[in-house]
Formats: sequence, C-alpha cells, structure tokens
Amino acid sequence: MEVTDQLIDHLAKLSKLSFNAEEKQELKSDLQKMISFVEKLQELDTTGIEPLTHMGYSDNALRDDVVKGMVSREEAMLNAPVKDDQFFKVPKVINPQ
Amino acid sequence: MFRFTTIKDYHNALLNGTTTCVDAVRFYTQSIKDQQHLNAFLEVFEEEALAQALALDNQRNGSIQGKLHGVVVALKDVICYKGHKVSAASRILDNFTSIYNATAVEKLLAEGAIIIGRNNCDEFAMGSSNENSAFGAVKNAADETKVPGGSSGGSAVAVQANMCMVSLGSDTGGSVRQPADFCGVVGLKPGYGRISRYGLIAYASSFDQIGIFGNNIEDVALTLEVIAGADEYDSTVSTDAVPEFSELLKTEDKKYRFCYFRQAFENASLDVEIRTQIEVFMKTLTDAEHSVEIVDFELLDFIVPVYYVLTTAEASSNLSRYDGVRFGYRNTANSADLSDMYTNTRSEAFGKEVKRRIMLGNFVLSAGYFDAYFTKAQQVRQLLINQTDQLFNNYDFIILPTSPTTAFSFGAHKDPVEMFLADIYTVYANLVGIPAISLPLFRHQNNMPFSLQLLASRDSEVSLLCVSQNLLHQKRDR
Repeated sequence: MEVTDQLIDHLAKLSKLSFNAEEKQELKSDLQKMISFVEKLQELDTTGIEPLTHMGYSDNALRDDVVKGMVSREEAMLNAPVKDDQFFKVPKVINPQ
Repeated sequence: MFRFTTIKDYHNALLNGTTTCVDAVRFYTQSIKDQQHLNAFLEVFEEEALAQALALDNQRNGSIQGKLHGVVVALKDVICYKGHKVSAASRILDNFTSIYNATAVEKLLAEGAIIIGRNNCDEFAMGSSNENSAFGAVKNAADETKVPGGSSGGSAVAVQANMCMVSLGSDTGGSVRQPADFCGVVGLKPGYGRISRYGLIAYASSFDQIGIFGNNIEDVALTLEVIAGADEYDSTVSTDAVPEFSELLKTEDKKYRFCYFRQAFENASLDVEIRTQIEVFMKTLTDAEHSVEIVDFELLDFIVPVYYVLTTAEASSNLSRYDGVRFGYRNTANSADLSDMYTNTRSEAFGKEVKRRIMLGNFVLSAGYFDAYFTKAQQVRQLLINQTDQLFNNYDFIILPTSPTTAFSFGAHKDPVEMFLADIYTVYANLVGIPAISLPLFRHQNNMPFSLQLLASRDSEVSLLCVSQNLLHQKRDR
C-alpha cells in the first residue's frame, strides 16, 4: 500500500486538519511506515472469526428513562471560547464568497 | 520531619498524634517545589489542599473517618476534578475547567483523600516517553537524562520522587505500567470495566482504564477498593460487588501456576540483562515450588499492529469533539467559515503525535480500507481473547517483562514505529481487557530500575494483588 499525496489530502480533509508542504512530506513518510507496520495483520488467517465489537460485560445495560438535568446552562457554556449569554457562537456555516 | 511508608502507618501516626494531615501536605508541596525541574506537575492545588488537610485534622477525634483520610493523591491531567483545570497536556484544552468530578475522583474525595495537583503526561495520553506533552517533557528522578516513560510519566515521577502518596494515571496500552517500570514504583492497570471511565478524557474507549501508582501493594489495593465499582455514568463497568482488596491481601502460602511466552523472551528487542534477571527470578519461583512453564504465543508480533489500528480508529472518533465550539481553544483569527474554523483550530492546537494518530485512525476507518484494517484487527482481537481464555484454564498468571529496555534517553526514538514497539509487552493486557501489574523488583547494571509484569484473568485483581504482595515481600526478605 503506497501512501500518496492524494491519500494524505483525503485523510487530512476527513480529519479536519491541514498541513504545510514540509509537514505533509514528513507525515507521508511517517504514515507510510505506520501503515506498512500494521499491514502485518494481513499475514494472519482470520476466516470465520467474528470481529470483537464490545469490551463491556454485557451487551445491554438497561435503566429506566428518567428525566433529570445534569448541568446548568451556565456550567455547560463555561468553557465556550466564543458565546453570548445563551448560545455558542460560530463563524458563518456557508461562506457567501 | 514527615516520612511516608504506607497509608496504614500514616493513619497510625495521625492517631498517635505524631503527624498531621497539614504536615503531610506541607511536606509534599515543599517536595514538589524543590523538584520543579522534573516537570511532573502542571498545577499544584496548594492552598486548597492545606485547607482540606486542616479541616481533616480538626474533625479527627481519636478515630480515622474515611479509608483515604488525609491521603495525598495526584491526578494525571486527563482526570476531571470539578472546578479545576484539566488539559490532557494539550493546547486544545487550554483554560478548560472541569464542570464535574470523574467518578474516581468523587470516590476519592468521599473517603477523605486530598488532591494535591495534576500531573504532566503525553498529550491525550498518546506516547511512551512523556515527550509529547504541550508543556514540556517530564524527567525521570532516577536519572534526569532519561525519560520517565509514558503516557502517565508525571504521575509515576510524583510517586517515585515523594511528591504524593499515590497517584492516578490512565493505561490504554501500558501508560501506567511502563512509566512505573521506568521509575521503579508499583503500577496497576485493573481489568477493563473495574473502574468507571466517567470523567476520564477518552483516548481509545475500549482500551482506556484508570490505573494506580503507589509505593507498595497495600496502598494500591486500598485505593483500588475505593475507586472501583459500578457507575450509572459508565455502562461498561462491572456491576459485581467490589472485593475488599485491602482486607483480602494476605501473604498466603499458595502454589501458583505461572506461564511465560517463548516469543516474548526470545524477542530480539528485549535487553539481555532484563531477560536474564527475570529468568533467574523465575528460577526462584520454581525453587519455591510454584510451577513456571514456557508456552508458545505465536500472535506476539501481531499485537502492536492490532493495538495501533484499533486505538487510532477510536481516537480519531473520540478526538473529533475538539472543534473549538463548545470548549477549549479556538482559532478566531482567520477562519472564513465554520469548516475552516474547525480545521484551523485543530491544526494549530493538536500536537504532532496526536495528528499522526488521528490520520492513521481515519485511514483504517475510511471507505476501501475499513475491512482490510479495522475489521481485520477486531478479528485478531477476538482471536487473542480466545487464546487468552484458554491460557487461563491452565495457568493463574502470565509473566512478561514490562518494557524491552530500561528508561531510554530523551530523543532516543524519533521514528513513530520504533516508539510503538516499546509497547510490545504492555498492549496485550488492554487488547484482552485483563488486569496487569508492574512490580519494581529489579535493578539493571546501568543502575536503572525495571520490573516484572504479571497478568491475571479478568476479574482476578484479588489474586493478582496477593501474589504481587508475596513476590515483593519475598524479594525484600531475601
């Protein structure tokens, strides 16, 4: 599996990360090493083995659905970097340009 | 002058009036100041700890109320303590204040523990050397040119260098056991689901577990007893009654069945002296009429790849919450729209290792690669669990080294894969969810400590702690 510039760009987009040219080169070589390393898994025959999807003790932990509060609005907004007294504020979702 | 040995002795001294909680807190805050250059603490809650200590001293009336009365505890900077900052040693959580207590912290406080501060660590607990912190590396007090291990490096050094009595870390692939090994302290990772993860900043949720650093088994057992148990905020926690670990600790005269993996001890990366000393130790076990058998473990070479596929996948998903909207750092300068803001914020405030792991995680989860990498790794994880169950039909404990080498120098591992391989002996316990402990039994001729790692079957913390107690006492008595 070869790590190409296109793959790096695609993954950066999925990750909501951006990299300059120099970082991209370094990342390309690092990811190439990391992916070659994990490719070792292909050597194992896992036919018929169910993939493990849960580590918990039981599949379901059921409880009654009770309405209760957890945090106040003030607490919930305490750490917001940009806000008014009721809302989290964000830049325009769609930039008109 | 204040001197700490065990929590039990400390409680006796409090009852005898030969010391006070205030003495203890003063001693530790001074010790932290004197050793600031080790960079083990990101913040010390000095005034508050002193006030708590004073309150405890005043209310104590000839009896100790609370299992951890006056016990001075440090928290890895990934565990939430209400009204206090927590940052996962990342710039992206700059100025973040916890609005609730982690369940483990809630339980510590309810038993009278005093939280003294938060410990430096690798950013988002990703690393094996503590060099990935946004706030600088931590130094190993045994040799300051060496790393303390990671990711809970600060918590290990805090216990190693007498800056607290016990500390909590988190262990996703060895992040408690490996720094315990490098620093010469006891490090326990309980089985998956023993301690609630509520309020532990998530890295890889099916691997993460809060772990405990201490000077001895008694203190670790007592702390575990306090913080373990069912929690309505974490459905993965075992709902079984929590054993009274500290009461059940006894130096029993029992013959155990140990096994060790041929592939682990014949691995080329394992330091020759570590191998030899552990082999000599195993001989003393057989001399004492325990059985120690070698078994084949063909999957050893696959466990680090499985670990990195699954943990990076889970991390890429867990870390998507850091978007600059509801909490943490935001890039406000040059973002044209919302999507730009997300990207600028994350690119600016995440460190290099975190970005690398998010990228790898998104690779193994992306269309076209999902089955070949992610599903494949989940299958191998199931295979590992099946083999582990079989092993524990025949044996009580597995013996492994904790790390292939003693603490290495800063900057020794530049290559990410090389650094991954340092985790070869620790990730197994997290992959299969079993408890494991790092016991500081050895000293290398390079003068650094190293440990024996013991693993037990799921839910077998009691026997793991008992045998650990036995082995440490044996070593001391010899």
